[in-house]
Amino acid sequence: MGRLAAFAHRLGSPRWFFDITGPWLVVLSVIGIALVTVGSVWGLVFAPEDYQQGNSFRIIYVHVPTAHLAEALYLAMGAAGVVLLVWRMKIADMFIAVTAPVGMVITGVALLTGAIWGKPTWGAWWVWDARTTSVLVLFFLYVGLMALRQAIPAREQAGRAVAVLAVVGTVNVPIIKYSVDWWLTLHQPSSFSLTEPPTMPAEMWLPLLVNVVGFYCLVAAVVLAGLRNEILERESDTAWVRDWLARKLRGSEA
Amino acid sequence: MNTQRRNRLVAIVFLLGGTAITAALVLTALEENVNLFYPPERVVNGDAPTGVTIRAGGMVVCGSVAHDASGLGVSFVLTDYKGSDFMVRHVGILPDLFREGQGILVTGELDSERVFRASEVLAKHDENYMPPEMAGIGIEAEACDSPDSTDPAFAS
Repeated sequence: MGRLAAFAHRLGSPRWFFDITGPWLVVLSVIGIALVTVGSVWGLVFAPEDYQQGNSFRIIYVHVPTAHLAEALYLAMGAAGVVLLVWRMKIADMFIAVTAPVGMVITGVALLTGAIWGKPTWGAWWVWDARTTSVLVLFFLYVGLMALRQAIPAREQAGRAVAVLAVVGTVNVPIIKYSVDWWLTLHQPSSFSLTEPPTMPAEMWLPLLVNVVGFYCLVAAVVLAGLRNEILERESDTAWVRDWLARKLRGSEA
Repeated sequence: MNTQRRNRLVAIVFLLGGTAITAALVLTALEENVNLFYPPERVVNGDAPTGVTIRAGGMVVCGSVAHDASGLGVSFVLTDYKGSDFMVRHVGILPDLFREGQGILVTGELDSERVFRASEVLAKHDENYMPPEMAGIGIEAEACDSPDSTDPAFAS
């Protein structure tokens, strides 16, 4: 607990966070790009086609990672919201500010790929079942977080209001996850779970697993890059940012 | 943790708990309306209303699909494999995944003879994926031959 508490305490310093995450960003980007490249080529070219859906099933290699991330990012924002509201940690507010647009785009991709798959498979672009509707609500929650921040001019009040919405909105995540079990829906249940074997052979789910991990790394890198920019912007009148910038400029001239 | 932070944490727990309970109560109250379709059992036992547009679903009974000699008309029987079946009549294009033994959703009206007049037919795909060689190529017959292709979604 001692080490964890010390880490949490240090997180309170945006400068410390900025200093240590430089190398993380490189590592996450490299791993993410490598895995997504391998997983996508494997899944889109080499994996066998489905006996019923043919090639259109291959959209799961984008749909499943993005749908998964859409929920995970919202939960992460909810956790950051609790940290901001209880411990008033500035970096939690920056995390929510940076993650909301990323989550919105990822949710949008999940909805779009689902629609493109739905047309040839179900026979309809969109059906208002419990799963699709609750994911659409998630999309609007992301949009709402961004709109709410824009609507309140004072940064600190805006951050707290957004954090409350982020925390309350997490109620939607279990509804999304269990919608296919609780109600009769057109959307199928999950193909992956921690407790049961996958519902497809390894030559189909291995590339999917590679892509899921790769998308996580890539999105983490995007959020981290955004977070570092946000730190520089919000701390732009501090000595350490000016020093950092001076060092950067000297470096680029040399 | 100091008192102020603990109070804020308690407030958040109550806020989240309250929201969760509210959502649970609303969704429980809405239960029937959140379901996308009527399963065969509820069509047969009369829960599904006649003369209004509804959705129903079931598995296509093997050997029940009859295309009209001319035109796009087709009729078939949907079942839950538990003794409830009903007849569907549709004029129009069927989805690519429509085949005997497949899970299907139909939108339309139940007429007075409790035949479902479908205006739209959608295929319900289950969560199982497999390459053609594993499914045994004989695609038409496959869904009807293997009993494990039963989609449990319809057996409510």
